Amino acid sequence: MDVAIVGLGLHPFGRSPSLSGLEQGAVAARAAMADAGTDFKAMQFAFGGSQDGGNADSMVNLLGLTGLQFTNIWNGCATGGSSLNAAYSAIKSGQYDIGLVTGFDKHPRGAFNPKPSEWGLDDWYGETGLMLTTQFFAMKLQRYMHDYNISRETLVSVAEKAFRNGSITPTAWRQTALSREEIEQAPMVSEPLNKYMFCSPAEGGCALVICRADIAHNYTSKPIYLKTAVVRSRNYGSFEVFAPSQAPFVADSPTVTASRTAFELAGIGPEDVDVAQLQDTEVGAEIMHMAENGFCAHGDQEKWIAEGRTEITGALPVNTDGGCLANGEPVGASGLRQVYEICHQLRGSAGARQVPNSPKVGYTHVYGAPGISGVNILAV
Amino acid sequence: MIEQKPLHDGLFSWPDSDPEILGSRCNECGQHAFPPQSSCRNCTGNNTSVVGLGREGKLWTWTIQTFMPKDPYLTDETPETFVPYGVGYVELECGLRVESRLRQNTTADLAIGMPMTLEIIPVRKDDQGAELVTFQFTKKEPN
Repeated sequence: MDVAIVGLGLHPFGRSPSLSGLEQGAVAARAAMADAGTDFKAMQFAFGGSQDGGNADSMVNLLGLTGLQFTNIWNGCATGGSSLNAAYSAIKSGQYDIGLVTGFDKHPRGAFNPKPSEWGLDDWYGETGLMLTTQFFAMKLQRYMHDYNISRETLVSVAEKAFRNGSITPTAWRQTALSREEIEQAPMVSEPLNKYMFCSPAEGGCALVICRADIAHNYTSKPIYLKTAVVRSRNYGSFEVFAPSQAPFVADSPTVTASRTAFELAGIGPEDVDVAQLQDTEVGAEIMHMAENGFCAHGDQEKWIAEGRTEITGALPVNTDGGCLANGEPVGASGLRQVYEICHQLRGSAGARQVPNSPKVGYTHVYGAPGISGVNILAV
Repeated sequence: MIEQKPLHDGLFSWPDSDPEILGSRCNECGQHAFPPQSSCRNCTGNNTSVVGLGREGKLWTWTIQTFMPKDPYLTDETPETFVPYGVGYVELECGLRVESRLRQNTTADLAIGMPMTLEIIPVRKDDQGAELVTFQFTKKEPN
């Protein structure tokens, strides 16, 4: 049974002082069901997740007590990817006809402060100042720049694109384009990454209605087909966050293994993708993930970005809505926002940021601690 | 003299006039881990031994922590007395890359490939007034 996405809902990311994370998730869920011309009574199942916003299944108090199966998913930054993967399997297996995927969050201001014990580590690791995701991203990038000759100018270009795309995305948190000078002069956070090169924890909600492909036209004139949804954890040797030691060699990351499997299952290759969302927790992540997902060779990003290939008008537009950099990262909702954006691009309803020439195949990629990745391939 | 105690047992040899990093070595596949662990991440076995991993290596990658981290960071520093610190992975002789604070904390003083050596540094005082210590790496000066 093929799988289709027929309803899209979003509560704008950013700060919403009057709403809880759960309430933002419920707003997104109602929007997704309305978009599909249906309602909560018709939903046979739901998968949902949140890091700091509470239990997803308590959303039934806001949507209605209909007795459906509602399963909570928690997989770090890959929560949205894992929720969609579970929903995909539920439809694909024939167990259900239609259901809801939802993710939401509401994080305190500032950097995340994870507890070592929740990640299989002892307290000394956090107490001595090693338990910061920002350090990991900076160190992975520092080595990558050394090995593949990526310049600081390219880091600036990625941030510049993110905020420019955010400025034409009505639901983005950061809607002001920034000049190269403004980006270059921002305070350093963790060498080589400064303040405008990192995304920030934020708030927001996102939801999708997903159903059997053969009934999709009952809900929308433009179903988006979910060709495959793959989630992978890390293999030995992958350079990962929250790791007091790393292997003596660098093996393929979970992004590489998830991406490779997704392309195999979908029966297409990276060259067939028209528009992509790649996890951009910071600018270096977008750069490295271009190669890890198979879109270019390691080191070719320098040329690709200089030539504008990842711009909305380029050969492979990446993060057309400004990505995590312009939208912030409400962890539970972030992976679903990527899918939401790709669905709008494939429907042709992305407004000022619409990729030209009717894109047919889209791609989303999330990456999260402590080394997990989720990849979705979508098509009209 | 103030008593010194490791912040966490088993990370480095202590007491020792010439402390070294402690790790585990898998008796099946030979891969190392730090801190020592009873199972092996490479071959999935659970037959390992604790071994000394030496005190020298080369800097594999690095960054600089510019602001004082939030909880669970726990030292006697205040935002006013906080000093930025380097963080890096140091590749030891066995090949394992161990994450560590670094004494050097400026871009001018840090470079991939530079030789590093272990040192023991104070973290904070405990309830009994003993000084809790941990490990970090610092640039190895030419002999």
